[in-house]
Amino acid sequence: MSDRQHPLATLTKMRLLEFVREPEALFWVFAFPVLMALVLGFAFRDRPPDPVPVGVVAGPSAAELTQALARSGAVKPSAYPSLAGGLEALRTGKIALLVEETGALGLTYHFDRTRPDARIARLEVDDAVQRSRGRGDPSPARDALVHEKGSRYIDFLLPGILGLNLMGTGIWGIGFAIVNARLKKTLKLMVATPMRKSDYLLAQMLSRFVFFVLEVIVILAFGVAAFQVPVRGSFALLGLITVLGALCFGGIGLLVAARARTLEAANGLMNLVMVPMWLFSGVFFSSERFPKAAQPFIQALPLTALNNALRAVMLEGRALSAIGGELAILAVWALIAFAVALKIFRWQ
Amino acid sequence: MTPAIVCRGLKKHFGDVKAVDGLDLEVASGECFGLLGPNGAGKTTTIEILEGLTPPDAGEVVILGRRWGSHERELRERLGISLQESRLTEKLTVAETLVLFRSFYARGRDPEQLMADMSLEEKRDARVGKLSGGQRQRLAVACALAGDPELLFLDEPTTGLDPQSRLQLWERIAAYKEAGRSVLLTTHYMEEAERLCDRVAVVDHGRIIAQGTPAELIAGLKAPHIIEFSTEPRVEDDFLATIPGIGERRQRDGRWLLAAASLAQAVPALLSALDGAGAKLLSLSTHRSTLEDVFIALTGRELRDE
Repeated sequence: MSDRQHPLATLTKMRLLEFVREPEALFWVFAFPVLMALVLGFAFRDRPPDPVPVGVVAGPSAAELTQALARSGAVKPSAYPSLAGGLEALRTGKIALLVEETGALGLTYHFDRTRPDARIARLEVDDAVQRSRGRGDPSPARDALVHEKGSRYIDFLLPGILGLNLMGTGIWGIGFAIVNARLKKTLKLMVATPMRKSDYLLAQMLSRFVFFVLEVIVILAFGVAAFQVPVRGSFALLGLITVLGALCFGGIGLLVAARARTLEAANGLMNLVMVPMWLFSGVFFSSERFPKAAQPFIQALPLTALNNALRAVMLEGRALSAIGGELAILAVWALIAFAVALKIFRWQ
Repeated sequence: MTPAIVCRGLKKHFGDVKAVDGLDLEVASGECFGLLGPNGAGKTTTIEILEGLTPPDAGEVVILGRRWGSHERELRERLGISLQESRLTEKLTVAETLVLFRSFYARGRDPEQLMADMSLEEKRDARVGKLSGGQRQRLAVACALAGDPELLFLDEPTTGLDPQSRLQLWERIAAYKEAGRSVLLTTHYMEEAERLCDRVAVVDHGRIIAQGTPAELIAGLKAPHIIEFSTEPRVEDDFLATIPGIGERRQRDGRWLLAAASLAQAVPALLSALDGAGAKLLSLSTHRSTLEDVFIALTGRELRDE
């Protein structure tokens, strides 16, 4: 009969309709990442660095020192009547450095060398004090400040949010839909028909695809319009990365939902899969910061590969050949996850 | 002609529970067969084994001359299945749901035609979540019919429906059967079995304890009549046991139901005994035994005990 439509196409279309008819799902997919980028973008927008809080212990020259430090602008001095009180403030992190007078002109700096802001305070405090007491600089120096687009925090962050969102939609979107269908026995009803099981699973991934593409466009357009985040590489390549990322996390979503019988079990599994990637895969800060021994594991994570590839193309304008490794990692994850999911899937 | 269903020695245990415990069944082509029994009797497990959704621990199953192991795909194309508890996707409309199910089958029935047959045309564009229980159940049966099946499995198709919806669904199933197709249904409504089924099997504790046409099963009772009455004051069981011509006795809603082989003998005897005991008759009626009475006679329990 001619009234038959292709099952894969029909399954995909129906899944799409089902999703579009759920307004709250649309919010989480489209509005949430944009809000997140907006908040973080403003929190880390360009502005002069905050002065570092430092303490000055009461002494004969305390007033002179405090004035000199305040004038420098790089540190924010406050007075402490006793050494003990100052050290207490230092220990609890209220100040980064404590200045104590020792002898006529001598000074002692109390600070923790492992704290970056304490080291900055050491340099700034010493510089301000020595200058105000008459030190001369042999080489006159002038600061030329750089505001390069592409090296700001928001530029680093936006590709990370893209990656994070692809992972979230893939794993949550597909995982919950499937566990729900299993709970309501919709799945069981479908396997009682001649429907191909692979069609069902593929349709879950394909229907997500449409959203993946829209999601990427929305987040990218927002980043470019609101923060002038650069896209230096080709859009076609970004598209390819998105497709592979979508397939990869779609596959992982299927795998996570392959056997779970309850929403709670699925939720636990999803967190188990996603939390390590939130932490290690360089969403909010570079994954290079983790110890060298952990790097092989971190670099093999799909979200790390996705984020690195997105950043390489957007920020550095790299070509396909430069991100082949990352794309291969995504493809391998996608294939293995889909194959294993199909094999171990619980249909009823 | 190849029987629609043949199964022998079917067994399925869940832990210590013997859900199906050595069940034999044969359903002829073109026949509507009912599995009758209370909740927990093993009806659903049995039908799901026959549907190829649950593997049996032991026994053999042949559906339309084919086995599940070797011809699953072919069988899926030729069967229609409606499950007891499965829910269709609430966000899709009636028409969309039917188009979806139709797409799974190589050949089948036009969704528009199915909606007309199941009186769902008016609900064509309504979401499944907005349908009444009866409409949902008709849609479930329509989905099962999407592949124009030779054999239809219905697991408690009218449970929880109001009488009108039930009647409507019965008409549809009867029409499908008229077209020469086979049906296996489970039910705990006796009236449903009597109206729809050519033959029924009474299932209890995972076994078939009686089978035949409804008329045969009723005729097999020693006492094919039921006398139903109430009195003021009430009479005791010991008292009724002394009356000649009265068989099984049970009470329901403050009335006595007595089985009798012959009304001509039992009714006068009952009336004179009540008169002698000074009990005033409030109501009296008689009916021929139903499958319900057959079930009680066979198991000593009411069917709808839940």
